[in-house]
Formats: sequence, structure tokens, C-alpha cells
Amino acid sequence: MFEIFGIPSQALFGQLLIGLINGSFYALLSLGLAVIFGMLNIINFSHGAQYMMGAFAAYLILLYTGLGYWPALIIAPVLVGITGIIVERLFLQWLYKLDHLYGLLLTFGLALIFEGVARNYFGSAGLPYTVPESLQGGRNLGFMFLPNYRAWVIAASLGVCIATWFVIERTRLGAYLRAATENPTLVRAFGINVPRMITLTYGFGVALAAFAGVMAAPIYNVSPQMGSELIIVVFAVVVIGGMGSILGAIITGFGLGVIEGLTKVFFPEASNTVIFVIMAIVLLVRPAGLFGRRA
Amino acid sequence: MERVVDPLAAGKPSALRTQSETIGFLIMVAALVIAPFVTYPLFLMQAMCFALFACAFNLLIGYVGLLSFGHALYFGWASYLSAYAAKSWGLTPELAILTGTATAAVCGLVAGSLAIRRQGIYFSMITLALAQMMFFFALQAKFTGGEDGIQAVPRGHLFGLIDLKNDMVMYVVVLAIFLAGFGFIHRIIHSPFGEVLKAIRENESRAISLGYKTDRYKLMAFVLSATLAGVAGATKAIVLQLASLTDVNWPMSGEVVLMTLVGGLGTIFGPVVGAFVILVMQFKLAPIGEWVLVIQGVIFVACVLLFRRGVVGEIANKLRIRL
Repeated sequence: MFEIFGIPSQALFGQLLIGLINGSFYALLSLGLAVIFGMLNIINFSHGAQYMMGAFAAYLILLYTGLGYWPALIIAPVLVGITGIIVERLFLQWLYKLDHLYGLLLTFGLALIFEGVARNYFGSAGLPYTVPESLQGGRNLGFMFLPNYRAWVIAASLGVCIATWFVIERTRLGAYLRAATENPTLVRAFGINVPRMITLTYGFGVALAAFAGVMAAPIYNVSPQMGSELIIVVFAVVVIGGMGSILGAIITGFGLGVIEGLTKVFFPEASNTVIFVIMAIVLLVRPAGLFGRRA
Repeated sequence: MERVVDPLAAGKPSALRTQSETIGFLIMVAALVIAPFVTYPLFLMQAMCFALFACAFNLLIGYVGLLSFGHALYFGWASYLSAYAAKSWGLTPELAILTGTATAAVCGLVAGSLAIRRQGIYFSMITLALAQMMFFFALQAKFTGGEDGIQAVPRGHLFGLIDLKNDMVMYVVVLAIFLAGFGFIHRIIHSPFGEVLKAIRENESRAISLGYKTDRYKLMAFVLSATLAGVAGATKAIVLQLASLTDVNWPMSGEVVLMTLVGGLGTIFGPVVGAFVILVMQFKLAPIGEWVLVIQGVIFVACVLLFRRGVVGEIANKLRIRL
């Protein structure tokens, strides 16, 4: 063990690790928000609730079918993604012609419904979800102890983020998506089914949130309100990064997680608020956001 | 945003407009004078505070087209400062309310000047994030009492003379504050300043091209809205003798949006009706616990999909009058 700025390395790197974990969730969620906003022009306020639904889906899958973490990591996002598709078809599709604000209000209402139902059936206390056996334990890196599961979360979310970036920026499907974001009418004229693409995009964004939720389940407890506070921080992350760039969302997410972790070491009182303070500073210095394009 | 089309815009006599608003106003005053003899004054006072809060919020969303998702900040912090001033400094209630209001005005100036730097949806996210930041400050600060809040706030003597312990006396004071706030908002909306706000709502670029410094107008409207929300919060702290984290947390911001949406965005009486509807609902449904959250969510969804004009907006539209 050694010390850096009078802080034991174990504490410093421990918080740095927590920062990276939080950053993974910020990145995954802000990425989903950006993808949804790009296609639907709606800020998905229920994103936090859908993240919570992912965690609960994993919990319920284990409870009723006995299927563990690894199957849940695939099944839960698919199930929650399907509910997203239903939501889009039932509600959101009627809002595209209206002001953005109505999308925010409607998804806020949905978030209240999801959270309220979860609280009714599961109470406000957290439910435990154990780390899968294959990822239990950890290794000593000399300067810190690294739990295997946490290393996996960081690697997996980084992988999913990069894969999403690759699909959107480098493939034919992604090219359609980007074109439909710019000019849906023209893309439809080329014979591409844009409404279906919008529906699937929403389903995908929601599935991404649920995926984050499953990964979060063993780290935080599974609880109905796990999403609502997280989503507000993610909004701040989105304001800081700007939603114009996929890569920007990923970098901002991880970066802010790390900064938050470091704040916990050096100035713990401010760790809850540091992201909001950074948001205020960014608004003063670069109103369009770090990666944003001026509207 | 889909606007409620003004049925009188097509050159009908403006007398009808002033008449329908005057009649509506008289009905409201009459109802509020009779009500304390029919139902609980304490509930009515609370409802009037929330009605003023919703009216203040509506000034932004309804007349400038700005959706603030963080109005709990002004309501809650005004409530804390008013409670603290009355309890720890021993100020008289009117000075305590002024202290709270001034706090809200300063918060509004700072938050507003940050939030108007971005448009549309970002504006809403910024106001929400700033409100959450101030929630954490309230949670950590010593003087707010953390989870306990500030309890047993003395109502004191108005101007050092009139004892407010009696609910009926307090009721008259709250009614006066509510009507003054309501009248002030009505005056703002129908002033030349208010006309510029509506022009910004309809088409900001055009307002800019006509030479209006729209940022200044938006900031001014934001500060006014925050200040009036502060009046509501500060009064509420004196009436209920309590300031707590509930007032400053994000669900409160959502609740005021819901009240205004139910009553009717951009209508003068809508927020008042909405506040009463939502509070009565919460009061009646309190026994079923968490389902209230679900019902609120359902109302949000229903309002946005089917019922965008709200109660008052629908009535005004049916009768082809302005309310």
C-alpha cells in the first residue's frame, strides 16, 4: 500500500473504480437517450424507470424460472425492449407532430406508472441479487483489490457502447438511421419503412437501459426508485455532452463518473452535486455542450 | 406546441373577453369566500398555496412556452427560508414570507440565467438538474433539519399585531396573498410585456428579428415565475408550520406540472382548478398509498394524449370564450 496526496491508494483507486462503474451506467443510459432523441425527437423520461424494469426483470426471471444472471442479461433487455415497442405503438407515435414538451410529459407519466406499480408490489426496500458464480471473487492488483464482477461491468458496457457506435456510424443500417434522423420524408421516398425503424429504435434504446439495469442489479440492490434519481444525473450528463454525438455521450458518461468518484475521495460533501456544478460551468463556458452542435 | 386557438382572435368584440374573465374571477372569489364555512380551512389554504404555485409555473409554460421541470427549487427553498426566519430569527410572518420570496427570486435569477442559455428540451433538463442540485444542498445543510425538516414553525402575529393562530384569520391572509398573486399574474399576462412573452412563445426568431432582446424577456419571466412560486412556498410554510424535503424534491416539480396540465396550460384559471383537483384527489386517495403515483402517471398520459387543453381549456373552447 502507498499514499497519493495523503490518500491511501486503496481508497483512491477504490473510488476511481466506483466512478468508472457509475460512468458505465451514465454512458449506457445517455447513449440510449441520444439514440432515441435522434430518431423520435423525444426525451425519454421513463429511461430511468426502464433501467429499473431491467433489474426487476432479472430478479423475477431468477425467482420464477431459476434462470441466472447470464440468460437474464439477454432475456431481460429483450422483454423490456418489447414493452418499449408496445409503448411506442400505443402512445408515443401520436406525439411526433407535437411540441417536444409533450413527449417529455408523457414519458414522465409513464415513469410514474412504472415506479408506482413496482413500489406497490415490491415495497421501497431493495431486493438483493447475487453476483453470478463465474464472476465472484477478485484479484489483487498490488495497488488495489479488483472484484471480478466490477471489471466485467466496465468492460461489458464499454463493449456495448462501442458496438452501438460502430453500428450507427459505420454500417448500412446506421446510415439509414442517420439519414432518417436528418430527413425522414426523403428516406421514406427511397422505400425504407421509417415508422418501423422509429419503433425499433425506441425498442433498442429501452433495451439498452434494461441491459444497464441487469448489470446494476448485483451492485446496487434492485429497488423501485433506483432509476428516478439516476435519470436526473443522466440528464445533466446529456446537457454537458450534448446529444449530437454518440462518441461524445460515451466519453462524457465515463469521464463524469470518474470525476464524481474522485470528488468522493477529496471532497465527499460535494460528490452528489459535482455533476450539476460541472453542468452549470459548461453552460457558462460552452452553452452548446462539449460535443454539441449549435442549433 | 399545439396552441389553444384563441377563438376571439378573429375580430370579435373584446368586451366578451374581459367579461368572461371577470365573471370567472367573481365566481372564484365567491367560492373561496364561502368555502371555509363548508370544508376544512387548512386544506383550502394549502390548496390556495398550490394554486398560486401552479399559476406561477403556468406563467412560464403557458405564456412563454418554457417548460421548467425544477420549480420545486423555488417553492421549497422559499418554504425553508420562511420557516427558518419565523422560527429561528423570530421574524413576523409577513417578513418571513418576504425572506422566503427574496430567496426564491435570487435562486430564480441564477438558475434562469443558466437555463435560458439552451432551448426547448434542454431547458427542461437543466432546470430539473439545477433543482436536484439544490435538493442535495437542502439535504446536507444544517439549518434545513435534513430528513426532519423545520417543524413547529410559529405562525406569529401579522405586523406584530394580529394573531394568526386562528385558522379563519390565517385563511383571510392566505386568500389576500393568493388573490394578490393571481391579480399580479393576470396583469403581467395582459401587459405589453406579456404580449412580447406570447410573441416569443409563438415564434422566437421572429420576435428577435423585430428587435426584442428575447433572452432578457425570458429571464425576466423566469424570475417573476420563481418569485411567485416563492410566495406560494413561503406562505405554505407559515400555514402548515412545516418546511420539509418533500417541498424541494423532484416529485414536487412534477406535481405542479400535473396540476397545470390538468387545469389547462396557458389558461388563467386552469392552474387554480388543476391544483384543487389534484389536491382533492390526493386527499381522497391517501388511503390507497402508492397507487396515487400510478394514478398521477395515468392522468399525465391521458392529458397528453386526449386532453391537451385541460379542464378549463376545454370549457373555454366549448363556450368559445377566454378563461
